Amino acid sequence: MTTLLATERIKLFTTRSPWWSAFLALGLTIGFAGLVALNHNGGPLRVEHSQFGIQFGLMVVTVMAALAITTEYRFATIRATFQAVPNRTSALLAKTTVVAVLAAVIGEVAAFGSWATVKVIDGGGPELAITTGADWRMVAGAGLVFGIAAVIAVAVGTLVRQSAGAISILLIWPLLVENLVQLIPGAGDDIHNWMPFTVAGRFLNGPGPDAPLSAWGSLFYFAAVAAVLLLAAITAVNKRDA
Amino acid sequence: MTLLAVERIKLFTTRSPWWCTLIALVLTIGFGALMAGTSEENIAPLTIAATQFGYTFGLVVVMVMAALAITTEYRFSTIRATFLAVPNRPTALIAKATVVAVLAAIVGEIAAFGSWGIARLMKPNVDLAINTAYEWRAVAGVGLVYGISAVVAVAVGVLLRHSAGAIAVLLIWNQLVEPLVQLIPKVGDDIHKWLPFNVANKLITGNPDPSTRDVLQGPPPSDAVLGPWPALAAFAGFAVVLFGIALVVANRRDA
Amino acid sequence: MIEAVGLTKSYGKTLAVDNLSFSVPTGRVTGFLGPNGAGKSTTMRMILGLDTPTGGSALIDGKRYRDLHQPLRTVGALLDAKWVHPNRSARAHLQWLARSNQLPAKRVDEVLEIVGLTAVANKRAGGFSLGMSQRLGIAAALLGDPQVLLFDEPVNGLDPEGILWIRKFMHRLAEEGRTVFVSSHLLSEMALTAQELVVIGRGKLISQSSTEDFVAQATENTVRVRGPQLAALRSALGQAGVSIRDEGESLVVSGMDCADIGELAARTQTVLHELSPQRGSLEEAFMQLTGDSVEYHTEIADGPTPATLVPAGK
Repeated sequence: MTTLLATERIKLFTTRSPWWSAFLALGLTIGFAGLVALNHNGGPLRVEHSQFGIQFGLMVVTVMAALAITTEYRFATIRATFQAVPNRTSALLAKTTVVAVLAAVIGEVAAFGSWATVKVIDGGGPELAITTGADWRMVAGAGLVFGIAAVIAVAVGTLVRQSAGAISILLIWPLLVENLVQLIPGAGDDIHNWMPFTVAGRFLNGPGPDAPLSAWGSLFYFAAVAAVLLLAAITAVNKRDA
Repeated sequence: MTLLAVERIKLFTTRSPWWCTLIALVLTIGFGALMAGTSEENIAPLTIAATQFGYTFGLVVVMVMAALAITTEYRFSTIRATFLAVPNRPTALIAKATVVAVLAAIVGEIAAFGSWGIARLMKPNVDLAINTAYEWRAVAGVGLVYGISAVVAVAVGVLLRHSAGAIAVLLIWNQLVEPLVQLIPKVGDDIHKWLPFNVANKLITGNPDPSTRDVLQGPPPSDAVLGPWPALAAFAGFAVVLFGIALVVANRRDA
Repeated sequence: MIEAVGLTKSYGKTLAVDNLSFSVPTGRVTGFLGPNGAGKSTTMRMILGLDTPTGGSALIDGKRYRDLHQPLRTVGALLDAKWVHPNRSARAHLQWLARSNQLPAKRVDEVLEIVGLTAVANKRAGGFSLGMSQRLGIAAALLGDPQVLLFDEPVNGLDPEGILWIRKFMHRLAEEGRTVFVSSHLLSEMALTAQELVVIGRGKLISQSSTEDFVAQATENTVRVRGPQLAALRSALGQAGVSIRDEGESLVVSGMDCADIGELAARTQTVLHELSPQRGSLEEAFMQLTGDSVEYHTEIADGPTPATLVPAGK
């Protein structure tokens, strides 16, 4: 497994898109935190103010993770991969792991970077200190959410095999579908309560009184959705001609 | 005219425009049907605005379709075959943008009137007659916004040349950047008022007699300061400028 | 007639094409020869207005490509057979091209017939073999019945049958009086196809001449001499002022033919075991001319021979 992980690490970092994505994710998230801090007046800045832009990073990382697998299909290097590692399940798991770890690292850097930026600009009162469990979840939890989101993205990328399709689904789903279902009279809110990215958001921002799951329960649910999708992707890869 | 026919042939002899059209219509009209089916007289009344809730679905799918129309040309290098046949690159690209925009507008009109029509069929007792100028804009205006958005998408596609990049920029801009900008203290709201897709929304959601309107009755209203038609003109102006930049870049760049 | 004058293309610090001037005469097949990476494709793209030259210009019948009205009627080109949308049918690909230059729709069927793709015209181009794609590319080039045709490495990757087909096709086009400019990195192929040669290396012009002249100039004729006692002959040859090279037991003489060397051997009473003319191959000549200009040297060419790669003692 270490060999496979090393292989996937080399593959990922010898193309340009992960570098670009990491740069963009950090730039957008931390830059946005800077904008918030610079323009703030009235009331002390709280930890949550520093994390307003975290979704930028999340979306960019999702795109990066999907591209990591769809470009393999695009350039048919997936065939070379499966020639080198005929056990497709391990190959895909190794890729997923490497991508998820990178995503998690980007998430942590983005979250703490945003927080630090706000602290430097604003000086930082006691409200900005990371003290409670909720504070820690909000900042340090970003890496976990990024990592799991990357697993979802790799799974969708594997299933769809096409950059354009995978990215459209991965962006339209959390940004549009999850929000619009709320509008359905009656059932809308109940459906919305179980939408994966919405639930993941509750892990970061606190579950709130109406949420069906606790904070960690929310994260677990998000991870379970990712695991199911990954399982579907692994099944598909093993059944399909490469 | 010849070039329009060329681009029409090119667009309709590949599969993605058909798929995107189908998905856009199904999602939009399907959502319209969902809204109609679940509406209730007192809690969530069915209004013309409410039939158009799914309009954003169609919008993003149409933008993906428009971006793909040009990025796949770069992907498969058919852009070179195009520029060999039509060395005047601006003309070729204007023809493409026109064809894509017209298709997008037609999809928009079908989606909007389809959503409205299906709601009427499902709830024949609710008064859904299109009477006021606002109601006409809320339905018929969808095609205009889709058409202009398609030009924006083609411009972004020409500039970035990659499907993944263009789609990511368009969707993240439209769905994430514009709403998140509002979170910036002090200046956020002022910036948001002038962001292109928010401005475009004004045509659909603007001046609906706000005093009686509940959020549940239609897509969230735009906070753009322009009136509905000037807002559309501003959006069109934005599209034209962006497309102009794309033409200059494509003309100077090696194909 | 295609004319390149001082054509230059640089990407940052890399000079892909360096002050290149040549002309492609009307009504003949002109080969555009150079090792991989010599700048052939870049030059062709500049001729076709796809890439903008950093300096100089390329004119077709006195006009820049981008100034041609309905260019497919003047110039046909096949630069890459894969420049086709994979989900579009062969016929649809030709249809939009024809429409763009207001060519009659029936011309599409004509060119499909010429290249023998009529039976698969409605199949998606993405499923075509390389040979079929190449034919489709040629069909596209022929659409406007142009007088000038450009082909970039048309036989690359083709099977022998496909190569033969393309070769015959080029001849036919030239016989019809068209100007054909075809690039290749294979001299042997060009020797069979082209009447004129433009040879480049590292973006610079190496020679422009007829194929015959190029071969005659470039290939060195040598004679191999083998025998038990060659010292006397060697000094006699040395006095005659020819160049001699030792190759194992034998001498390789250039600048004197077999008859004269035989006479000289008789006069110096040298026993000969072998006296044979050696014709330098076209490939050698090409390597000799462009040797310094190859962008990516391979180690095998002048490094250890394959035999020495086998580990000793096995």
